[in-house]
Amino acid sequence: MNFMSEFSLNDFLYMTKGLGVSITLTLWAVFFGTLMGIIFGFVRSVVGFFLNFIIGSILDIFRSVPLLIQLILANALSAILKFGYSPFQISCIVLAVYTSSYVSETVRSGLLSVPIPFRRSSRSLGLTYFQTLKEIIFPLALRVSFPSWVGITLGVFKDTSLVLWIGIIELLKSSQIIITRTQEPLLILSIAGILYFTVSFCFTRVTGMIEKKWEKYEL
Amino acid sequence: MINIIDVYKSFGKLQILKGINMEVKKNKVHSILGASGSGKSTLLQCINGLEKIQKGRILVDGIEVGDKKTNLNFLRTKIGIVFQQFNVFPHLTTLENVTLALKVVLKKRNKDAKEIALQQLEKIGLSDKINTYPSKLSGGQQQRLAIARALAMSPSYMLFDEITSALDPMLVGEVLDALRYLKNDGMTMMIITHEIRFAKEVSDKISFLHEGVVIESGAPKDIIDNPKETETIKFLERSLK
Repeated sequence: MNFMSEFSLNDFLYMTKGLGVSITLTLWAVFFGTLMGIIFGFVRSVVGFFLNFIIGSILDIFRSVPLLIQLILANALSAILKFGYSPFQISCIVLAVYTSSYVSETVRSGLLSVPIPFRRSSRSLGLTYFQTLKEIIFPLALRVSFPSWVGITLGVFKDTSLVLWIGIIELLKSSQIIITRTQEPLLILSIAGILYFTVSFCFTRVTGMIEKKWEKYEL
Repeated sequence: MINIIDVYKSFGKLQILKGINMEVKKNKVHSILGASGSGKSTLLQCINGLEKIQKGRILVDGIEVGDKKTNLNFLRTKIGIVFQQFNVFPHLTTLENVTLALKVVLKKRNKDAKEIALQQLEKIGLSDKINTYPSKLSGGQQQRLAIARALAMSPSYMLFDEITSALDPMLVGEVLDALRYLKNDGMTMMIITHEIRFAKEVSDKISFLHEGVVIESGAPKDIIDNPKETETIKFLERSLK
């Protein structure tokens, strides 16, 4: 048996193209998801119980319904209502909302983790509400929330593989396409796995460096 | 001068302050004694507007704290307050803790803020710790830093809310020394403390608070050595045991 018989460099390039799609999807989803998550999380940390409950419940839907179902439903809905969004755009939207539901939760708990006495001292020094947010509360909450945000981002990156079900050729789909031809699933899935791992590894190295910088003080 | 006129404050149904009258004169030290839950801390936080009062008036240099037109953020720069739990900001170094409000609130330039901060830290004996984060400081050092941070704003008044209560007994001395230093400097202060002997030593006037009411007020000697009210007597007996 010739080990490398079917799998060619072109196949590998094809897979990296798929990886590019996965990364692009992740970037859009995490960017908008984080933005929305910060807004929702902040709102939830300041509003009363009732409004918090409503926003929380809505976001809970996106956290609890399997992403695959959300993708297929959104895709179908878009087709029925003739929104004219491409599967890629739909994937971005669904993933971003999905991400925001998780991010809002960590942002909220991060903000609430900042002890009230810090706010009181800050206001006592004459800082306004917003100055206190910017100088004291956000930096402290960021440090608490950041590790879970990293985890969410890694999760979303892997979850992008689900979009193959609405017809997007990302890394996993491109691997499957090659498998159907070469019939070497173990080799090709290993390569796909290594590619996922490499990207995640680089990402956690970078975020690890950021966290390292914060180690010089304790909360 | 701080005038507290017939002040009422409640949290929901819980009545904390029930008609407080008090006057803190310039360059005087006014101590407030009283058991936990008597409303001492709440009173201090009403003075800089952290807590809103329901009835009565609080005037700081003639400016009404509760008035909607009062610029509270500006007023607060005139009233330094130090809390029981140090509350120094953990993500900022000693120096940054002091310069923050100078830069953000008083809009000082970096260089000027640093100069003021270094002066204050020197006075309070923290010059060798300027680049240290609070987690590496002792409780006493953190509390002195909190004092320096408040002083850097050059306030007209300093309010101290049980600032030695969370400290190891060994570290109480250094913090009280800072207050003695301030008194000699002529700072107008309101001090809530359980250190009765210290209160007697530095105060010009002592008020005893019980269940939201000032039940006894006067010169330290009169209050500490010759208390008249039963509650005061009971409290002092317990404290000085």
